[in-house]
Amino acid sequence: MLVLSQYVEQIYARELLAGGAGGIGYLLKDRVLDGAQFADAVRRVAGGGTAMDPEVIARLVDRSSADGALATLSPREREVLGLMAEGRSNAAIAQRLFITERAVAKHTASIFLRLGLQPSDDDNRRVLAVLAFLGN
Amino acid sequence: MDARTGAPERAPGHGRWSWIGAGAVAAARGAGLCGLAVAGSVLLLALLLPLLLTGLEIGLLVNGPGHWPVAQAVGERVLPLAGLAVSLLLYPAVLLAVRRLATATRRLAGDWCAVPISDPYLNQPMDGPGGYRARLRWLADPATRRDGQWLAVNTLGGWILAAAPAGLMVYGLLCLLGGSQGHPVVAPPPAFPGNEPPVLILLGAVFIALGLWAGPRLLRGYGLAARWLLGPTGQAELALRVAHLAQTRADTIDTDAAQLRRIERDLHDGAQARLVAMGMTLDAADQMLGDNPAAARALLAEARESSVKALAELRALVRGVHPPVLADRGLAEAVRALALDLPLRVHFASELAGRAPASIESAAYFAASELLANVTKHAHAGQAWVDLRHRDGTLRLGVSDDGCGGADPARGSGLAGIERRLAAFDGVLALSSPPGGPTVVNMEIPCALSSPKTFPPEGRPDPAAGGARHAGHGGRGQRCRPARRGHRRPAGRGDRGRQAAADVHRRRAEGRAGRAA
Repeated sequence: MLVLSQYVEQIYARELLAGGAGGIGYLLKDRVLDGAQFADAVRRVAGGGTAMDPEVIARLVDRSSADGALATLSPREREVLGLMAEGRSNAAIAQRLFITERAVAKHTASIFLRLGLQPSDDDNRRVLAVLAFLGN
Repeated sequence: MDARTGAPERAPGHGRWSWIGAGAVAAARGAGLCGLAVAGSVLLLALLLPLLLTGLEIGLLVNGPGHWPVAQAVGERVLPLAGLAVSLLLYPAVLLAVRRLATATRRLAGDWCAVPISDPYLNQPMDGPGGYRARLRWLADPATRRDGQWLAVNTLGGWILAAAPAGLMVYGLLCLLGGSQGHPVVAPPPAFPGNEPPVLILLGAVFIALGLWAGPRLLRGYGLAARWLLGPTGQAELALRVAHLAQTRADTIDTDAAQLRRIERDLHDGAQARLVAMGMTLDAADQMLGDNPAAARALLAEARESSVKALAELRALVRGVHPPVLADRGLAEAVRALALDLPLRVHFASELAGRAPASIESAAYFAASELLANVTKHAHAGQAWVDLRHRDGTLRLGVSDDGCGGADPARGSGLAGIERRLAAFDGVLALSSPPGGPTVVNMEIPCALSSPKTFPPEGRPDPAAGGARHAGHGGRGQRCRPARRGHRRPAGRGDRGRQAAADVHRRRAEGRAGRAA
């Protein structure tokens, strides 16, 4: 399910993701204007991943430095988590942050560890990490 | 100065003997009030002096000084005249002193006698312009004349009421002393048959007990008497209410007008300008499409960028007018959304069984928004607490933080604007922010909640699942009383420009389609 809205609010994002099942997207309507990115988001959601609007994520990143378990993450890990929460793949994250995919994998493993997420299906863990991000 | 609901202070220890402590405290307070009454008597004399001297002068004129020596006649003529002149010159100061005394009595009646008395003056304030004529204009206020009547009543008999408990106890003490020393220090009541020591001791004990027992009651009686003359009459209350309503109405209209101007300006400078630019860019791209497709493509990208920016600005504008989440979910959720967006840890607790009227929701929301913005900008706080509840017909919002404190509504922060906005709903704001923190702001708006009709919406997950709804405040912020009194200053003057986040109570029923359901 991909929700397009004129406004994005964290509380709506939380409620959408509350099931923890993945396959959920929540974007500003404007994102449709960038066709390629939008198609990418649709594909990710269809594949059971998540697509969170960067505007929601930006506010979460601002806040996470002051807060709870996420405060223990390094700034780089928080950046990775933010991009992960938007729904980007490791390859996309690597490209965005100008690091290798292997480094991204290392960061995500560290994030999962710090958030106490048991090793399981990687996609599912990604959704759970986003939930932890939203729910802190 | 506002009316305080000072409860009678209890003496330490609530046991069987607490009445003794309460009686002693009451007696001491009564003595204090008696002292105030004596000062009032002096003021009454000063108040009446011009009349007395004029009367004397007229009497002398009528009788004529004919058969008296010249020197004596001069003395009798000139001295009263000079006295009259001096007393008239000092009259404004006397009036001010009378008002100060009456105000002090009102405050003490609230603090000591548990009889809160609100200010009755129509032509306030004491710290206003203090010219001779301004002071004399006070005489036109019925409340000033009632102050004078109070001084008279107090001089004639009121002081006895106040001094009675202390007097009884002192007399009882003297009897006790006399009884224990075997001879009377002062004579007991004349009708009494014998001044034997045991009788005197018994008498003393009875008097002291009577004084202790009667103390709080007489003090309350004194407070009620004070309210009878010092409190506003029904007419004065109405007049004050009308003045308050006129003031808040003017403020509300000004605020709304300023808000509309701001919206107009924002639209003009923002979205409107961007749309024009977009049109021009598209036109240019259209012309270039044939011979320079690359440049046309760049222009199209620019136009798209413009449209994204215009949308973002419109979104921000709508948020500032009436946030969609407030309309959809009500005050509690909207304030929670606000708290979620802050870059610090916010403990949020709410207890609202329904929805407040839209205008009040809006006012409370923007007040909360301003307060939380202050916390982020000025407090250097690590955590904040927000507490929202409705109890006893009053909507209460408390915002506190563990920051550096020192917030001052007089120093042009948005607090004055909040106060003004709340005043339109008879709401009040109380602030406690000592230097070094913590800052605690409580606001209250009297209102009724409507039954939760469409709230929460169907299919909405349990909000507790979000994890942010917990009331654990570590004892702070939840029901903390403000250390300072709520200042109920008359609103007005300046600071209109800061209404950036002000509310316009306008339900935008339309234009909300397509938001997240």
